[in-house]
Amino acid sequence: MATASRLRTSEAFITGADVVIESLIRHGVDVIFAYPGGASMPLHQALTRYEDKLRTILPRHEQGGAFAAQGYARSTGRPGVCMATSGPGALNLVTAIADARMDSVPLIAITGQVGTSVIGTDAFQETPIVEVCRGITKHHYLVTDASDIARVMREAFHIATTGRPGPVLVDLPKNIQVTQIVPDYDVPMNLPGYHPEARKAHPEQIAQIAAAIQRAKRPVIYAGGGVITGDAAAQLRELSQRTGIPVTMTLMGLGAFPADHSLCLDMLGMHGSVYANYAVDQADLLLAIGVRFDDRVTGKVAEFAQHGFIVHIDIDPSEINKNKVVHLPIVADVKDALTQLNQIVEAPTASLADWHAQIEEWKKEDPFAFDESYPGILAQEAIAELSRITADRDTIITVGVGQHQMWAAQFYKFCRPRTWLSSSGLGTMGFGLPAAMGAKVARPEALVVDIDGDGSILMNIQEFATCNCENIPVKVLLLNNQHLGMVVQWEDRFFKGNRAHTYLGPIDNPEASGQGNGISPQNRYPNFVGIAEGFGWQAETVAKKSDLEAALYRLIDSPGPALLDVQVPYQSHVLPMIPSGGTVKDLIKR
Amino acid sequence: MRHVLSATVQNVPGVLAHVSGMLASRGYNIDSLAVGETEDRGFSRMTFVLRGDDRVLDQVRRQLEKIVTVVRVDDISSRNYVERDLMLIKVAAIAGAARTEVKELAEVFRGRIVDVAADGVVVEISGTEKKIEGFIELMRPLGIVELVRTGRIAMVRGSPPTREVTEAADGARPADSASARESLA
Repeated sequence: MATASRLRTSEAFITGADVVIESLIRHGVDVIFAYPGGASMPLHQALTRYEDKLRTILPRHEQGGAFAAQGYARSTGRPGVCMATSGPGALNLVTAIADARMDSVPLIAITGQVGTSVIGTDAFQETPIVEVCRGITKHHYLVTDASDIARVMREAFHIATTGRPGPVLVDLPKNIQVTQIVPDYDVPMNLPGYHPEARKAHPEQIAQIAAAIQRAKRPVIYAGGGVITGDAAAQLRELSQRTGIPVTMTLMGLGAFPADHSLCLDMLGMHGSVYANYAVDQADLLLAIGVRFDDRVTGKVAEFAQHGFIVHIDIDPSEINKNKVVHLPIVADVKDALTQLNQIVEAPTASLADWHAQIEEWKKEDPFAFDESYPGILAQEAIAELSRITADRDTIITVGVGQHQMWAAQFYKFCRPRTWLSSSGLGTMGFGLPAAMGAKVARPEALVVDIDGDGSILMNIQEFATCNCENIPVKVLLLNNQHLGMVVQWEDRFFKGNRAHTYLGPIDNPEASGQGNGISPQNRYPNFVGIAEGFGWQAETVAKKSDLEAALYRLIDSPGPALLDVQVPYQSHVLPMIPSGGTVKDLIKR
Repeated sequence: MRHVLSATVQNVPGVLAHVSGMLASRGYNIDSLAVGETEDRGFSRMTFVLRGDDRVLDQVRRQLEKIVTVVRVDDISSRNYVERDLMLIKVAAIAGAARTEVKELAEVFRGRIVDVAADGVVVEISGTEKKIEGFIELMRPLGIVELVRTGRIAMVRGSPPTREVTEAADGARPADSASARESLA
């Protein structure tokens, strides 16, 4: 008897690393993007013991792994998990952690750390990663007692996924990973200061919104990422349809309301549609839902929606009155608030026919447009074509950052939430490829296309290897203009066209100083087709308009990872544009 | 306007760094910050004094409450509260008239001389910011060698502060006072 109980006890002991991995599985994690190193080896050893339940993907750079975890999270709503070793490994996660914070993405970042006995001694590969990440995580832990692991993991998942989601960092010293303990996975959490569950709108507040809607003559809904994160797209659609209120979306909100709907005003803000910006400017009621009045949306914030009564619904109390003081602030879960509202809301008393007609006129006057007579391929056209031929497929689009990102936001028609993944708040170049990788792993049945620029893709191009070696067939539509197009555009508009390190080819090319007269095909750099083929990808380049459609079909119908390098001019600008800090009066149409 | 914020935080490593880092990175200037354990060893109390209009204060409070380890924040400025600052001040007063003056002034201010050396004395004095500053001004002509202050700590008179008082003002916040109180119990 005594022997038996002793045996049972000794069997119950497992290492701290095993507790971490077991916790991941208990929280429903089925894939982790993890790059090993000295201080995370016990965790990787433990991962091999759970191979049947948890897929480990080896990215080729920790940042790629972290953005892949984001791609997983953004495309599903479930937390993405990445892991790196101490010091440089952990630091390579930092940009993606900050990015997840800005865009409210549930991300669990696990880092190895040097042993607790040498923390603070500048040990090999030691970085105080918790200190580094304090201001850019939703929460963070340095685990110094192995018996805390199960509780910390529970709390980490709870914090990352509830309220306004965000990244949580768990830093695990190596000796903690190998400590033998008996885990208690049901240990209670200790979070006395964290109460996201309390955020529900009061019925009086909902009644106030309904009353404001009834009085409105020119109402507009301004919907953001919170609608997608809060899983409230259906409620938003119902609200719009019941009341006839048109909907404009932020960059993060694209997909929250179908682009093919007659009440859709597309994106607003700096590179938003003319009609969305006019509508918001003229609105007498602005329903701001799951948004944060970002400067790229508002321009000069004092004059944003200055004629309207503004209702702001957001789950994060610190967003209320942060950038814009509003008339009716409501701290609430967006889905809950909209569900309540839909139960009582009625269409405005006055007919909205004039308002709708005015918007239709604006739409007709200034749609998103490009020069269709251009003899070659414009980036906008390539995106519009992709949008057209993939409209009937289950498609997820990711992007880098810059002109191609804005054009994708303008010309790709998003009709469902979580099909548009963009580093919007932080604006991280290099996001597109790894995010596509994560999305494809999460949604293998979907067509995942990274619309990227030649500047952005180079920042995480090593992930070509991961896609090939881990059998992740993502597609890349590379809009290659040989320049950092968005900076070039600002140089043209605000710096008299002086080229300042925005040409991406050899510096002795006259283009580097803006003296060239176009880039001939043989002068293009680098050879992206050669690079992709070197990584085992299918790849081709296209320059002629007449070749575009067939090449796009070859891209999306290819069995494995594939790249289509599209040669586009660098002279086009993203329009319309409201310059930074400007108002709708400063809107540049062409 | 001068505001006094009282925050209850979890007594865990890094919470002070987190709070002060947030304030610094968002550009809020604090006049004073004092922190120490409460009646419950699991929690610490931080008292902040800062200046700003109501909107700034509102943001500071919301940003503080967003930190997971911060349990609750009260702006007690508009309420009936007791505020104290503790100071140790070393004054260059050798035996004679100067030292007698320090002693007499310390008594007037209800301070205490806690150390006497050949070339100076150390006075301990506690009270409101105004009182402490008044005493510093009086000591200045005598020659202040060294001065250290704890920063302001504050407490509402009577029954403990309830969340409803601060909530009622903006109407934008859920009444989660019950859960906050429970977790403190």
